[in-house]
Amino acid sequence: MSTRLTGFGRLIDRSKPLRFTFDGKWMRGHPGDTLASALLANDQMLVGRSFKYHRPRGIVASGAEEPNALVNLGKGGRFEPNQRATTTELFEGLRAESQNRWPSLDFDIGSVNTYLARFLPAGFYYKMFIHPRPFWKHVYEPFIRQSAGLGRAPKDRDGDTYEHFHTHADVLVIGGGVAGLQAAKAAADTGARVFVLEQTAHWGGRAPVDARDEDRIAGQGAADWVAATVAELEAMPNVTLRLRCMGAGVYDHGYVLAYERLRDHAPDATGPRHRLWRIRAKQIISATGAIERPLSFAGNDIPGVMLASAVRDYVVNYAVSPGDRTVIATNNDDAYLTAIVLKKAGLDVPRIVDARAQGGGALMEAAKALGIRVDTGRAIAKVKGGKRVTKVQICAQAGEGGVLDEIACDAVAMSGGWSPVVHLWSHCGGKLFWDDAQAMFRPDAAHPPTGADGQGFVTCAGAASGALDMAHVLEDAHAAGLAAGKAAGGKAKRTKAPETTARADAPIEPVWLMPQGAKVELRTKTWLDFQNDVKVSDVQLAAQEGFESVEHAKRYTTLGMATDQGKLSNINGLAILSDALGQPIPQTGTTTFRPPYTPISMGAIGGEARGVVFQPIRRTPIHGWHEAHGADWEPVGQWRRPYAFPRKGESVHDAVMREVKNTREALGLLDASTLGKLIVKGPDAGKFLDMLYTNMMSTLPVGKCRYGLMCTENGFLTDDGVVARIDEDTFLCHTTTGGADRIHAHMEEWLQTEWWDWKVYVANVTEQFAQVAVVGPNARKVLEKLGGMDVRAEALPFMAWADGRIGDFDARVYRISFSGELSYEIAVRASQGLAFWEALMEAGAEFGAMPYGTEALHIMRAEKGFIMIGDETDGTVIPQDLGLDWAISKKKADYIGKRGQERAHMTDPGRWKLVGLETVDGSVLPDGAYAVGEGLNANGQRVTIGRVTSTYFSPTLGRGIAMGLVKHGPDRMGEVIDFPGTDGKTYRAKIVDPVFHDKEGAKQNV
Amino acid sequence: MLILQCPCCGVMADETELAAGGEAHLKRFGPGSSDDDFESYLFNRVNPKGVHFERWRHAYGCGKWFHAARCTATLEVFGTYSAQVTEPPQEIRDKISARRPGWRWREFG
Repeated sequence: MSTRLTGFGRLIDRSKPLRFTFDGKWMRGHPGDTLASALLANDQMLVGRSFKYHRPRGIVASGAEEPNALVNLGKGGRFEPNQRATTTELFEGLRAESQNRWPSLDFDIGSVNTYLARFLPAGFYYKMFIHPRPFWKHVYEPFIRQSAGLGRAPKDRDGDTYEHFHTHADVLVIGGGVAGLQAAKAAADTGARVFVLEQTAHWGGRAPVDARDEDRIAGQGAADWVAATVAELEAMPNVTLRLRCMGAGVYDHGYVLAYERLRDHAPDATGPRHRLWRIRAKQIISATGAIERPLSFAGNDIPGVMLASAVRDYVVNYAVSPGDRTVIATNNDDAYLTAIVLKKAGLDVPRIVDARAQGGGALMEAAKALGIRVDTGRAIAKVKGGKRVTKVQICAQAGEGGVLDEIACDAVAMSGGWSPVVHLWSHCGGKLFWDDAQAMFRPDAAHPPTGADGQGFVTCAGAASGALDMAHVLEDAHAAGLAAGKAAGGKAKRTKAPETTARADAPIEPVWLMPQGAKVELRTKTWLDFQNDVKVSDVQLAAQEGFESVEHAKRYTTLGMATDQGKLSNINGLAILSDALGQPIPQTGTTTFRPPYTPISMGAIGGEARGVVFQPIRRTPIHGWHEAHGADWEPVGQWRRPYAFPRKGESVHDAVMREVKNTREALGLLDASTLGKLIVKGPDAGKFLDMLYTNMMSTLPVGKCRYGLMCTENGFLTDDGVVARIDEDTFLCHTTTGGADRIHAHMEEWLQTEWWDWKVYVANVTEQFAQVAVVGPNARKVLEKLGGMDVRAEALPFMAWADGRIGDFDARVYRISFSGELSYEIAVRASQGLAFWEALMEAGAEFGAMPYGTEALHIMRAEKGFIMIGDETDGTVIPQDLGLDWAISKKKADYIGKRGQERAHMTDPGRWKLVGLETVDGSVLPDGAYAVGEGLNANGQRVTIGRVTSTYFSPTLGRGIAMGLVKHGPDRMGEVIDFPGTDGKTYRAKIVDPVFHDKEGAKQNV
Repeated sequence: MLILQCPCCGVMADETELAAGGEAHLKRFGPGSSDDDFESYLFNRVNPKGVHFERWRHAYGCGKWFHAARCTATLEVFGTYSAQVTEPPQEIRDKISARRPGWRWREFG
C-alpha cells in the first residue's frame, strides 16, 4: 500500500493537518502536499478510468506530465474538470471527484470495453461505424459521446476573476530549477532586466531530490545553493521572480504567454485567481528541464506502475511511499537513485531490472552496496494486477517474454530515459536533432526560432538542451545566461559557472519495447498513451495500414492527442512507429509542438474582458430616453437600437404594428443617430465619390441629396446610403449603421494606397451628430410648431437639405425618406440630441407623436420595396440583381466593382433577381425559405429557384409581404411558386412587384 | 505576434495594433481589361515561403497604410516603407539582398 513515511518530506508541514474529500470521502494531508501526494498518503492509488477501455488508472508522475490523475475540482461557480492532481496544491476543504467512471470508480460499467478491445483497434471509428450510413448520426455517435469524454463541462458561471498583465523583459528565463537560476544569475550580472518564471510553488526543480548526499554545488548542498541563489536574485533590482507561473507559449518576435496561478492553492484569498502575463522579451531562455519516459512493457498501465523519478519525488518531497515493495525497471543509471532513496526510507526494493547487459555505473554499485539485487540484461515481461500491481514477471530483454522469475510487489518504478522539454523551443520554429548517445531529441542550437532581426531569440539551458549531469547543466546554463544578457544589450562579464561534483554514469541503452521481441499478446497490453488508451499494437497497426507519417499515425491512433498532449507517450510512440517502418527515429521526426505547454484556464485567456466590458456598447445621445421608455433592444453592430417600444400589457408584435400604423397615419420619431456619417472633402472629392459609388456623385448640386450604392472590387453590393453635397468641395456620405467604420476604412484604403495623389480627406463624424427621423403626415406640422427655418415643400423639396434653426436648435435638415412618408431627417449636435428629441416629443404630442423602432422601420421600407444591406444582400449580390440599374451610371468609365460586374457570371440572365412575394393565403412566408422548381439536382434534392430575403406582416396591407431573389423573377410576374418550410408545410406565394405601398411615391413627395 | 515599425508615426507596433492587407504592389485592372488580367489582380497571389511584400494598416494607431518586406519562413523583417509607391524602394531591396542573395519575388529581385 501507499502511505505516509516518518522520514523525508522536505516540502510538507507535518505540524498542520488539512482535510479534503475525494469522491465524497474525507482524507487528510498537510500544507505543501499536492493532491496527488495526499491521495497516495491515504492509499488512494486508483484515481480514474482511461478514455476508451475504462481501465483503472493510477498516479504515474509527479508533475505537469501526469496523464492519469485528472479530477473534477470544486463545485458551483468554482467547478473545474480535468485538473491534474499532481499540480494541484492541497488546501483545507478541497473537493475532488474522479472522472470517466460510472457508477463508481471502483465499479465502472464502461470497463467492459477492455474485453472488447479486440474490436476497438486504432481507427475503429472509421472502420466499425461507417455502415449503415444513417446509424452514425442516430445510433453510434450519441452512444460514443455518452461513453467517451473526460470531465463534465461546468454549468455555473465562473465565480472567480482573472486579469492580464503586460510587461517587457530583456531576458525571460522560463524554469526555476538550477539551470534557470544559474542562467538568470549570469544574465542579471550583465545588467539585463531579467524575468524568471517557475511553474511550481518551489525553486530548484529536481536538483534537491536528485542530489546524492555527497553532491555539492559551489561547495554547498543542492537545496542550500538553490536557497542562496534565489536570495541573491531577489536582492537584485533588475530581477523579477514569479512562482506558480508557467511559460505557456512562445510566439513570433519574442512574445510569450505566461500563466500565473495566484489563488488555486488559496481559494479564499482575495484577488484574481489566474493572471495571464503577456510578455515581450528580447531573449528567452528555456530552462524547462526534462521529462522521464515510461518503459513499454505489458501491464505498464496498472495502478502502482510509476515513473522512477516520481517515486523518489513522492518519498523525498512529500514523505509518501507509493508502495512497500517496489521493483525498479530501467535502461539508465538515474533509476538507481530511486532504489537508493526507497532503501533509505526503510522500504523494500526486491529487484532492479536493468535492460542493459552491462548494467550501470557508480550508482549501480551504490545500490548493490545497500544490498539491492540487480538483474542486468533483464526486462519486465508482464505486470500482474487489477486495480493495483500484485507482481511482475521477469524475462530476458533480448527474448520474446519467456518468464524467468516472478516477484511479488505493489509498485513498479520505471525509467526509459529522459526527454528534454523542447516545447517552448519548438513553438516558434526551433529545430531538433536526434542525439543517438543520449537517446533523445535535443534543440539544434544552429536552428533557433528567429526574430525580426533574423537572429535566434530562444536558447535552451540545462536539461532542456540535453545536458543531464549537474556539471553540464550549470555550465550550459551559465553560458546561455551570459549570451542572452549580452544579446539583450547587457555588458559581457567574465564570470564562471559554479563547481560541481561529477557523477560517473554508464551510458543509456535505448529500450522502446520490453522485451525487445515481445509477442503480440504482450504488445496488446503495452500502453504508450495512458490517457487515450493507445497501445504498442495500435501504432504498429497504423504503420501496417499505411499511416507512415508521424502526423497521420498520431491522428489515426489518437496517440498524444489527450489533454497531456503526449508528454509521456510521444517519443516512445514514434520510436515504435520508426521500428515498424524500419527507419531511424530522426527520419520519422516528431509531431508539432503547439502552445500552451499545459492547458490554461479559459478565464485567464478572457482576463477582465467579460460581462459588460467584453464588448463595450455604443450608445446614442438618446439611448437613456429609450431605456426609460421601455425599449426592447436589438444589437446592431456595437450599438443597441430600440426594436420597438412596447407599452404596458402590449406584446412586442402589437407594439410594432401600432408604431407602423401611427407613423403612416400621424407622426413617428426614429433615433437615426447610429447611421454612419462620413465627411469627404477636397478638390477631388467628387471624382473620388464617382469611383466609390456606382452612380454619379460629382454632378450632385450643392443643397441636394442622392441615394448611392457602393460595391467591392468584386462587384458585390457592400453598402448604401444618401449622399448630401454640402459645398463645392464637401460631401456628407451616410452609411448603414454597421458600416460606418468599415466604409471609412474602405475610403482610406483607396485614398492611401491607390489614388494617393488625389486631394481628398475623409472624417468619420458619426458620433458628432444626433439624428432624428421625423416621419408621417404630421411631420411638417410639428416642425412648423417648433418654428424656425422654412420646411415647406417649396423651400425644402424632396431630396434637398438645408441648414437652419428648428425651435431652439441648430439643425441640418434632410428631406429624405426610408418609409415612403413625408419625412425629415434632422441632425443636431450630439450634445443637443436628447433635448431635441424631447422637444419633438412634447411638441408632437398633439399630432400623435410616438417613437418607433427598427422593426417598424424595416416593415415600412419593405412595404416600399427598399432594400436593406444584409437582408437583400449577402456578399454575393450585385446591384443589378436588385433591379437597381437606375442607380448605376452608364456614363462613367470606371467605378469600384464595374469590371467585376462585367464578368460572364454576373451578366448571366439566369441570375436570381429581386421580386415581391405575396402568399396566396395572406400568411407570412418563413424567413430564408427557398423556392423549389421542377426536377432534382445531383444530390437528389429538389432544384431551388429562389429564396426569401425579407418577410413581414404588413399592418398597412393587413397581410404577409416579402421580398426575395427568384430566377427570371421579373419576367414571371403573377406566377405562384412553392416554398417548402422547415415545419413540413409548403407555402405558396405569387410573384409581384416589390413595391407594395404607394407605388407612385405620392406620399413622400408632398 | 509580429512587431512592425509604422513608417508614418514611427511606433514599433504589435500585431494587435495592425490590420493585415494582403500582398503588396498589385496593379489595379478595371473596365477594358482582359478576364485573365482581372482574375490575376483580384485573386492570384504568390504566397511565398521566404521573402514577401505585404500591405499593413496601423489600424489602432495612426490609421495609415504601409508596406512591409519580411520573410514568411523566419519572420525576419527587412524593412517597412511608404504605401505610396508601386514597387519596393532600392534601399529595401538592398537590405534584402544583403540577407538573401539572389532573392526573387514576382518581377522583382
